[in-house]
Amino acid sequence: MQQAKTLSARPARPARWLNRDRVIALLMISPSALAIAVFVYGFIAWTGYVSLTSWNSLATTSTFVGFDNYLSVFATGRFQTNIRNLIVFTAFFLLACLLIGLLLAVLVDSRIRFEGFFRSAYIFPMALSFIVTGVVWRWLFAPGNWPDDPTGINLLFKQLGLGFFQSAWITDTGVVPGWRVEGLRTRIGVPMAMIPVVVAAVWQMSGFVMAMYLAGLRGIPDEIKEAARVDGASEWQVFRTITLPLLQPITLSAVIILGHISLKIFDLIVTMTGGAPGNNTEVPGLYMYEITFKANKFAEGAAVAMVMLVVVALLVVPYLIYSRQTEVER
Amino acid sequence: MSSVPLPMSRQSRISWSRVIIYTVMILFLLFYLLPVYLILITSFKSFDQVSLSRMWDLPNGFSLASFDRAWNGGEGVIGMRGSFWNSIQLVVPATVISCLLGSLNGYVLSKWRFPGSETLFTLILFGMFIPYQSVLVPLVEVLREIRLYASIPGLILVHVVYGIPITTLIFRNYYATVPNELLEAGKIDGADFFGIYRHVMLPISAPGFVVVAIWQFTSIWNEFLFGLIITNDPQLRPVTVALQNLSGSQFTQWNVQMAGALLVALPTLLVYIFLGKYFLRGLLAGSLKG
Repeated sequence: MQQAKTLSARPARPARWLNRDRVIALLMISPSALAIAVFVYGFIAWTGYVSLTSWNSLATTSTFVGFDNYLSVFATGRFQTNIRNLIVFTAFFLLACLLIGLLLAVLVDSRIRFEGFFRSAYIFPMALSFIVTGVVWRWLFAPGNWPDDPTGINLLFKQLGLGFFQSAWITDTGVVPGWRVEGLRTRIGVPMAMIPVVVAAVWQMSGFVMAMYLAGLRGIPDEIKEAARVDGASEWQVFRTITLPLLQPITLSAVIILGHISLKIFDLIVTMTGGAPGNNTEVPGLYMYEITFKANKFAEGAAVAMVMLVVVALLVVPYLIYSRQTEVER
Repeated sequence: MSSVPLPMSRQSRISWSRVIIYTVMILFLLFYLLPVYLILITSFKSFDQVSLSRMWDLPNGFSLASFDRAWNGGEGVIGMRGSFWNSIQLVVPATVISCLLGSLNGYVLSKWRFPGSETLFTLILFGMFIPYQSVLVPLVEVLREIRLYASIPGLILVHVVYGIPITTLIFRNYYATVPNELLEAGKIDGADFFGIYRHVMLPISAPGFVVVAIWQFTSIWNEFLFGLIITNDPQLRPVTVALQNLSGSQFTQWNVQMAGALLVALPTLLVYIFLGKYFLRGLLAGSLKG
């Protein structure tokens, strides 16, 4: 009935584009569009402008200095260390989340008992604040006077007879391998204190990746896999040649989501280590906060913020354009 | 299944793989639940039981003293009670406004497309990914200018504005599944923009509203950076900032910190336990569109 009514009515309707309803629609979206234009794009432009000035004190007058702030920030050992830490954190965090997420999704999907319970237990940390996560894991990774008088996870290892696993964790000042490179004011390698932070972040986010992969796995029709099995493919072959390629779009989405969270990471590190020991766990998000709001170096802080923005945009903008194009094609 | 007899060797191999599957799953379960165990046993210990060398032991007895200290404060500890009220005053209006805005935006961008509406949508979406460090200084300046700096309404405004991308995305994708024929029928019956919204879209919007409300409630409750910068006043702190201060203070014993962490986690955890399905849908909404 409805179908017929619509079809018969169509030719009668005027093909005018700008009618009253369309004007109302535009009016309804404009406050949000305006808010985004000001609070996102306008403020970014403003920050970009500040980063090109000499506004590095509470004084209100400043002059245009070009890219000086960027040059001076990049020249500091502290910011170079920040970038090293961010690369290490992002690499380990992404890799661990993807591998654990995929593994857990495959396991949960293999017709097990108590599936709902396992699934919920793996995902629940997503509901928590990074601050809660940081407070709890900081205590777990507080080493105490190990090996004799340990606390946290060190004590647990000792009580379980696994004392050789004890470590300095968030107080470890080591950088492995810690190469010195001509012209760089930081040592290249993995800052060991970053490992506990990665563990906490993986604890919080890997269940989310599992949920994504699980939704993907459930979307693959059984018939495809069954056909391959009938043709004599082993379970591993089915997984490698059918399941994994079909999960590729999920992996892409997960990399974008995890990547942008990782590049902006702030809360977890403030709570867990505050950037210590030394600056071994400090990242640009924290550095920007410290120099802007504690040292009043607004221009240098703005330069750091712009660097963060460019890095995130390099990751996200191609994805946004790509997903818009695929949507139009459909 | 039972009609196909399996050879013995195949059967035993299958059960071995089951053993491995369950072992791995239980090991991971221990990893995810370890902090929960620690937080529970620690926060219910009485003060005289708190000993670093026995931190993994179960409490003997059941004490609420840690919660009392975390909530009400005392002996150098600033209680978190006030910050809970701040967070509620912040989260409830911000969530409601976010839902309404997101719903309207999603309705326009899915059913009233205009030239450039897809570009506008992509431009709005980008706002979801930016590092907020890149807007903080202008944000503080503008909030000062309009006299909303260091105030809860200022924080509400900020969360509503930066919540526009995700709420618009979820509602737009939700409304995209509504058949256009329904709208056409509404138009034939003489309904205008708001008529269709009220009589066609709103009645089927409940799941969308639940998903967006849970998403905004959870992310605003858990948010830290805006809370830290914009409520530059101890009286106005939201819970995350209060917890960070509590745990950063040298006067605060570990059992009080754990009790505080549990209190902050409780509201969103309850939402997850009772409305987990919708919580997950919100999580996946932003990620599975491509």
